[in-house]
Formats: sequence, structure tokens, C-alpha cells
Amino acid sequence: MSVFEGFRFRYIHSPIHQLDPRVKFLYVLIIFGIAIAFLEVLPLVLLFLIQIPFVLLASVQREWVRSLKGASFLAILIFVVNFAFGYFGGTYPSSMSPWEYPLAMSLRFLVLVESFSIFFLTTSPDHLSLALEQSHVPYEFCFAFTTAIRFVPVLAEEAQTIMDAQKARGLELERGNFIKRVKNYIPILIPLIVSAIRRSLELAEAMESRAWGATEKRTNLYLLKMKSADYALIIVSLGMLICSIYVRLYISVPSLTMLLT
Amino acid sequence: MIEVKGVSFTYPTGVEALKGVSLEIRDGEFIAIMGSNGAGKTTLVKHFNGLLKPASGEVFVGGVSTRNVSIASLARKVGFVFQNPDHQLFCETVEEEIAYALKNFGFEEEIVKNRVTWALNLLGLTQYRQTSPFMLSGGERKRLALASVLAWDPKVVVLDEPTIGQDYEQKEKLRQFIVQLNAQGKTVIVVTHDVEFVADCGPRIVLMAEGKIVADGDAKEILTNKELAFKASIVPPQITQIFLGLADFGLPMDVINVHEAGRILFNFLKEEVKP
Repeated sequence: MSVFEGFRFRYIHSPIHQLDPRVKFLYVLIIFGIAIAFLEVLPLVLLFLIQIPFVLLASVQREWVRSLKGASFLAILIFVVNFAFGYFGGTYPSSMSPWEYPLAMSLRFLVLVESFSIFFLTTSPDHLSLALEQSHVPYEFCFAFTTAIRFVPVLAEEAQTIMDAQKARGLELERGNFIKRVKNYIPILIPLIVSAIRRSLELAEAMESRAWGATEKRTNLYLLKMKSADYALIIVSLGMLICSIYVRLYISVPSLTMLLT
Repeated sequence: MIEVKGVSFTYPTGVEALKGVSLEIRDGEFIAIMGSNGAGKTTLVKHFNGLLKPASGEVFVGGVSTRNVSIASLARKVGFVFQNPDHQLFCETVEEEIAYALKNFGFEEEIVKNRVTWALNLLGLTQYRQTSPFMLSGGERKRLALASVLAWDPKVVVLDEPTIGQDYEQKEKLRQFIVQLNAQGKTVIVVTHDVEFVADCGPRIVLMAEGKIVADGDAKEILTNKELAFKASIVPPQITQIFLGLADFGLPMDVINVHEAGRILFNFLKEEVKP
């Protein structure tokens, strides 16, 4: 559940929250691209550190740390699996010692979680929907998308309540062999699915009664407008992209192993 | 039976739900826990069957600290009926739904059968034995949830908001049922906002506000105290408000029950009308 916490939006007044979601998404995509482009630990560490000012500026440190904590298990798993496969006859760049490649892989994962976490923590679902709409995505899709995001925390909370209710009836999730443990989740999944379906029907009725889809062309009370801070972020992001492409193509990045020896 | 000693609890989201709560609940008591939304009522009762463990302080159930005991073994003693029955119903038939917890607690086949029949009978659900729980009405589902807990005969029964969404008749039935359970020696703990319901039951009231217990005492004493009621954002029962307004006539100010009020008024008027 803690990973979800790290993606849960809370409204705070900060310069990062004010940014245009489209620009923030561009930034996330560029970080994503750079993280994929490099296999060395050094640039990935740099990429990780470079985002910390954003987190501080948006004052979402606590949630951000929580999302990283949630992701740390997977990061460790990625490290172990890569290490094991590399060790038992896999191939990794010869300039690296066996631990550097797996380390880079988990770092890459953490950078991705970090940037997506910043995006979702600082972008309200409403803004996201607006951004989609203004990018000419049909309104039905925007609505479905934001509704899905909007209901993730609700569903997580409901799952917790159902778990409590069944534990109060003597359900022990951790008991039994593997098959029994999977079966233990049936008393939780059925009420959860039933209530999700019930809720979606109720939502549909509520929307109908508020005249959803009555007009072909919707207008919005708020419109996204690019401000100077948005252009600044675009320039910074593109600058980072160009720099990294240049470094990738013309400079050989030393691996940690080479630096240490 | 249940002893709460200086318990504090903070949710992972940072909400401080309980701030040093101490409470003693004796065997066979009938307690209503009241207070505004977010006062910490549900958080407190979730400590009674170990669903939540105190961050600091201790909770003792039957003399044993809840810290080192599994939820399942505590649930055997403390039955918890959740607010929304839809959060627990999942079986194909009403019968299986009631048997589910019994099987979890490892009762023998024969006993399970007897208990199911007994519980169905107790809450008037016998005719729905083979029906799917999802086909029942709201009130019936609520009764089924109650039956599925009472089936294993826990010593303590905790009911979270039992009166929400129930009509007057169902509420009255539920009240009689709860009073009867209590009369049979069960400890009953009700979490509720419903002052009229509590006034009719007349239990010991524990009043909570902002994660603390602000008052603890007899229903009469607490429901007629305007200051306390305001602090915990509950409204005194309507009949109490009337009697508070009539205090100038020398009428008692601690009336919470409509029947009692009728009798007092009747006697008062008889005196007044006398030539």
C-alpha cells in the first residue's frame, strides 16, 4: 500500500504544483529517456540527485520518501536477479565489475519511480484531465482516466476495511501453504469486486442525473495556460536531453569500476 | 475484562487518532461510545480485537496484552460487527456465510451445523438459508452480518454504527435484541452517533473528542449535559431539550427517555389541574 501512498495527490501551494501538467509530463518523459540511454552508475546517480530540488520545492518530501521506500523492495529484487543472471553466465559490459550493472539497473528503476512520483504527487487529477482534453483526447477517455486515478486510494482504503472485517471473523492471511494463501484472498477479493461494480453503477447513475454528455462541445471553467515558469522547465528539460545525447554520442562515460581502479 | 491503559495511536498517514486513552470495561457491561466524526471511536474499538495495536500504552483483553496475541484468537473473544455488511459478505449462501467464521475458528462439523441453525433462528433468517447474501435487502444483510458474528458466541460484541440506514422498526428490533444480549451476560459495545437510540438503551456512555475521552458515565448524566454534548458535537435527545426548556416549572432536567417523560408530564399536569 505504501507505494500507492507515494502517488497520492494532496493539494499544496507550490511552484511545482502550479506548473502545466503537459510540461511536467514532457520532463518526466525526458528523464525516462535519459535513464534508458545510460547504463553507467554515475549519470544515473546524477539523474537521481538532480530531481531532489524539485521534491523540496514542491515540499512533498515525506510522500516522496514513502514511495521510494515502497519501491525499494522491487529495486532490491531487480539487483538480486540481475546480479544472479550476470554471475551465472550472463553478459554485461566488460568494463564493469559484476555488481555495477545490476546496481545501474536498480538505480534506473528508482529514477523512473522518482520522476513519476513527482509527477503524480504534484499534479491534481483535474489538471491531468484538462491537459488530456487540451491535447484533443476525447472527453470520455479523459473522464475514464481521471476516474480510475481518483478511485485508486478509495479502493485501497476499502480493501483495508474488508481485510479488517474478515480478520475479525478469524481469517488468517499468512497461514497455510502457497495455494491456501492464495485462497485466503477470496473473502477479500469478492466483496471488493462486488463493491467496485456497485460503485461504478452508482457513479453512472449519478452522472446521468447530472446530465452527462448533454452537450456535444464542452467548455471548461479553467484553461491551462503556459507561463514563464513552464517555458523555463521546457528549456531546462530540453537542455538536459541535448546534453545527455551529446555525452552519450561523443564522450565515453567512465564506469565506477574504472574510476575506482 | 477489557482494560485500555494510556493508549495512543497514529495512522501511517500521520493522523493522530488516539491521544492517551484509558478505559476499563467490566464483564457484562453495556457501553455506547459516542463522539463526532474523527474523534477516534472506531480506532479505539479496533484495538479491542487486535486489528490495531497501540503505538504506546497497552490494551488487555481478559488480562492478556493484545500485543503478542493473534487477531484470530482475540476475535474468538471479541466479536466485531462492521458498519457496512457488504465489506464482509462473500459466500454463495447465507448458511455458508455464517459457517465461515466457525470453520476459521476450527469448530467441529456437527457444532458448526447447530450453531448456524441457532444463529439463523436468532435473527429470523431461517427462510433465507439457501439464498445468496447478495439477494437480501439492506436490513437483512445487516442482520446476517450480526448473525455471522454471534454464531461463535463471543463474550464481547462490538457493533460499529449499527443503526445507520435502518428504519424505525428495524432500529427498535435491533435495540431490543441488543438489550436482550446484554441481559444474557454479554458485554456489548456500541459505536454510534444516534443519541435517540442511545437514550432509549440507557447504557454507560463514553464520550470522545479529538482522540481523547472527554466524559464517561451514566447515559442520563451525559446526555443532559449541554456543555459536554457541544464539546463532542452531539445534540441532546429532543425530549431532553424540551425538559431543559421547561426547567422553570420545576420539572427534572435529567430526562432522556420518552416514556419516562410522558409519565412525569402526566403527573405534573394532574397536580396543576387539581383545584
